[in-house]
Amino acid sequence: MHVRPAKFFDENGRRLDGRLPDEMRPVEMKVGVLRNADGSALVSYGKTKVLAAVYGPREPSQRYTVLPDRASLFVRYHMAPFSTEERKSPVPTRRETEISKVLREALEPVVITDLFPRTAIEVYIEVLQSDGGTRTASATAASLALADAGIPMRGLVAGVAVGKVDNVVVLDINEPEDNFGEADMPVVAAPDLGLITLFQLNGVMTAEDVQRGLDMALKAISEVVEKEKQTLRSSVEEVEVE
Amino acid sequence: MSYTPYRVPVLSKIRSRNLISLYKKGIRSDQRDFMTPRNISVQLGVIDKADGSAWVRLGNTQVLVGIKLEVGTPYRDTPNEGVLQVNSELAPVASPTFEPGPPDENAIELSRVIDRSLRDPKAVDLGSLIIRPGERAWVLWIDVYVLDYDGNYFDASMLGVLAALMNTKVPDYEETESGEIIIDRTKGSPLKLNRRVVLVTSAKIGDIILIDPNLDEELLADSRMVLAFDEQGTVVGMQKTGLGGYTRDELMKIIDMSRKVSQVYFKLLDQALQNAGSQQR
Repeated sequence: MHVRPAKFFDENGRRLDGRLPDEMRPVEMKVGVLRNADGSALVSYGKTKVLAAVYGPREPSQRYTVLPDRASLFVRYHMAPFSTEERKSPVPTRRETEISKVLREALEPVVITDLFPRTAIEVYIEVLQSDGGTRTASATAASLALADAGIPMRGLVAGVAVGKVDNVVVLDINEPEDNFGEADMPVVAAPDLGLITLFQLNGVMTAEDVQRGLDMALKAISEVVEKEKQTLRSSVEEVEVE
Repeated sequence: MSYTPYRVPVLSKIRSRNLISLYKKGIRSDQRDFMTPRNISVQLGVIDKADGSAWVRLGNTQVLVGIKLEVGTPYRDTPNEGVLQVNSELAPVASPTFEPGPPDENAIELSRVIDRSLRDPKAVDLGSLIIRPGERAWVLWIDVYVLDYDGNYFDASMLGVLAALMNTKVPDYEETESGEIIIDRTKGSPLKLNRRVVLVTSAKIGDIILIDPNLDEELLADSRMVLAFDEQGTVVGMQKTGLGGYTRDELMKIIDMSRKVSQVYFKLLDQALQNAGSQQR
């Protein structure tokens, strides 16, 4: 277990890693990183690093899950044993089960599942390194991997977690801010649709903080989705040049 | 792994259309307005073998909560606190769509939403549950049993948890010279609570927001928002659940609506607790 930092801000109002309260960590993304998967993406938010792979639409491995009018979406969020400070057992925890559910529900509103009845679209997410904001980076990676797989979507999604530390609302929290802050509020949204598809709060916040945090998150999400579009566009252009 | 639910009760097209045309007139099938939760009734201490228990009804949704205290070891990072554990079961008795087996993602989500809403605002005084710092502490097991499901097990379960916590007695104990802890469950003192918390769930059906959805309303809903409030109206937890999404303005409106309803829940619960002693099953 880490020790609580003595303070979260220096005299210039900068955070432990030198960022301002409304500043994101450097975001990097790459698609088509796996050969076997129909779509894949590697995304990092600072030290948080997430890999997503998409298989499908294909025949579901468990027949009873078939839906007659649309594709079923399968989502598995999983943390690699070496992704955390102390080794994490690879056995799925209750936390991973819940995050898999909320991520599926964050993706379902944008995936056009009714084009592929009786099939499964499977999204496998592996957190390779965790430094706060893994579920939101996972949403970004999943969105890219789905698009890379050519799955029709109403819009791209991206995620970012806002938090509250030492009474200040901050964007894109890292691990110490998550562990020792007052609140953690992950948000996933599809900016082109004006739709928030994942929204949670773990901690204590006033309604004004929620509003400020949400607006901060939505602005950052729009920027990440723009970056997703650039990444996808340049991945397609590369193929055409060949 | 999480997959799109395939075992969902079906609502006929004609009933769906009927209900939606009612909502457009501002009416719900059970005559409530959009902001009004269903009636609450509570029975306390229904399980003698538990250290605290409550059987709660929210309309036709019924939840039984049992609380047990066991002697265990505190977590390494909180050597001066007792341990809080929340587990919930969507028992197959409650609905034709609930399956036997270990808790599924819905039951796990329910447990974790309740756990966070109690833990983050420090609702239970865990410091009062330490026996010997770093070595021995009470483990507070909260087990939530959904018995009959007519929508909104989130709010009903949290009301049950709150009532059961208020009904819980921490047993007396003696330490022997060898350090053994002898529990005497015939005597005890009330569990200390720092704050009381309720959950307020709303369903979004098209652009309509309904508080405390019944089963039909949950089936029609695009998605649901679950908000946790303390008695001061501070937000102490949130969870969006279901397949749809929200606009920013909808969320801000829901927070406002739900806060008002949280005060109604506290009032209804206190009334139900006053009547709890004289209630007959």
